[in-house]
Amino acid sequence: MVTPNDKIDIQALLNDSHINEVLDKLDQDLVGLVPVKQRIREIAAYLLITKARLQLGIEAAKPSLHMCFTGNPGTGKTTVALKMADILHRLGYIRQNNVVSVTRDDLVGQYIGHTAPKTKEIIKKAMGGVLFIDEAYYLYKPENERDYGQESIEILLQTMENHRDDLVVILAGYQDRMGTFFKSNPGMSSRITHHVDFPDYDENELLEITKLMADSMHYNLDKPALSAMKDYIEKRKLQPHFANARSIRNALDRARLRQANRLFNDAIKHKKDTTAADLSLITEADIRASRVFEGGLNSEQVTKKS
Amino acid sequence: MMTNPNGIVTQGQFSFLPPLTDVQITAQIKYALDRGWALSVEYTDDPHPRNTYWEMFGAPMFDLKDPAGILMEINNCRKTFPNHYIRVMAFSSVRGVESPTMSYIVNRPKNEPGFGLVRQETQGRNIRYTIHSYATDKPEGERY
Repeated sequence: MVTPNDKIDIQALLNDSHINEVLDKLDQDLVGLVPVKQRIREIAAYLLITKARLQLGIEAAKPSLHMCFTGNPGTGKTTVALKMADILHRLGYIRQNNVVSVTRDDLVGQYIGHTAPKTKEIIKKAMGGVLFIDEAYYLYKPENERDYGQESIEILLQTMENHRDDLVVILAGYQDRMGTFFKSNPGMSSRITHHVDFPDYDENELLEITKLMADSMHYNLDKPALSAMKDYIEKRKLQPHFANARSIRNALDRARLRQANRLFNDAIKHKKDTTAADLSLITEADIRASRVFEGGLNSEQVTKKS
Repeated sequence: MMTNPNGIVTQGQFSFLPPLTDVQITAQIKYALDRGWALSVEYTDDPHPRNTYWEMFGAPMFDLKDPAGILMEINNCRKTFPNHYIRVMAFSSVRGVESPTMSYIVNRPKNEPGFGLVRQETQGRNIRYTIHSYATDKPEGERY
């Protein structure tokens, strides 16, 4: 029996689980996202306290851990889901530190009777770990009443309820679309306890991300290149299909392409010597050559027509 | 008579032991998964020892990380065929072909009538022996 005076060492529990390392790494690796980090810390604290309660026998049932991550593309939902799995694993809420990342195509079949085995297959693969469903709102297509997505949702709901100890489901998608999704699937909404909203990055954060990414690829951006990047970000944000950190990664990849081209031409045509520093330096010209500065995709279409 | 101390069919691993509990089955599945083996669930109502090809309950399961998924499939099979023999098989791909490495029964009919010995008298005074399962006198699906 539990008596009110029973003690448990939260500090020891925290040290044993090593979740502080994950949380610190989350702080270091991810730029910005302050509200998300705050929420993850809160959830981690809640899970730790629940674990203490379970150990003392105050709480009998494990808490429901299904989550929903909402936010625009490229705001770090998948990255955070991986970290979340790490935290859950270290606290012993899941048995495998394993994230199975799927979209509608992996769950929903093409014809009658195809969906259930497909969904079950994925669920079996994700058992004991985390099932991460990206763009989860695509599962439900209200305009087509014979859509097989509904069947997949029902199987998911059943598993989320019956195998609560075996599987944690994390749904991800745009905030407004997920809102509609939950409105039309109240069963899903009521089974998800943790909602985390991912804000867009501001320009300074995106610049910070640029530096981090270039660093991880062992490239340097000089001062003019950084200011060019700043202009680039301002312009790119206003153009369609902006995907936060993902757009930055793409921009850097293209800049690397141009840099390689420039170095190649310098070496072959102008017989210049190439140093190690040259190889890892991205200059202003590499970034300024982007078509984003000429108005992006739209301008190209206009010129083609004319 | 083709009987044994427990009066049950003994095939594969652990069959002389009392029936495995779900916890024990989970531990066995984990052993197989930790070695990278794929598992499958099969069922039959023909207990003859030479009946090696049982019906597959779904495709073999590859790339699973946790025993819970396979236990779920076992329980589905038990629900569908409560009175059949159900076995779990593990396959190793080390030799380039999926070769069975484990096989054990996880579900059996409530009442197992066992086998009879049939003697066939042939030329001279020769006798040919056959073992015959009483259950297979009835058509498939109605045996237990």
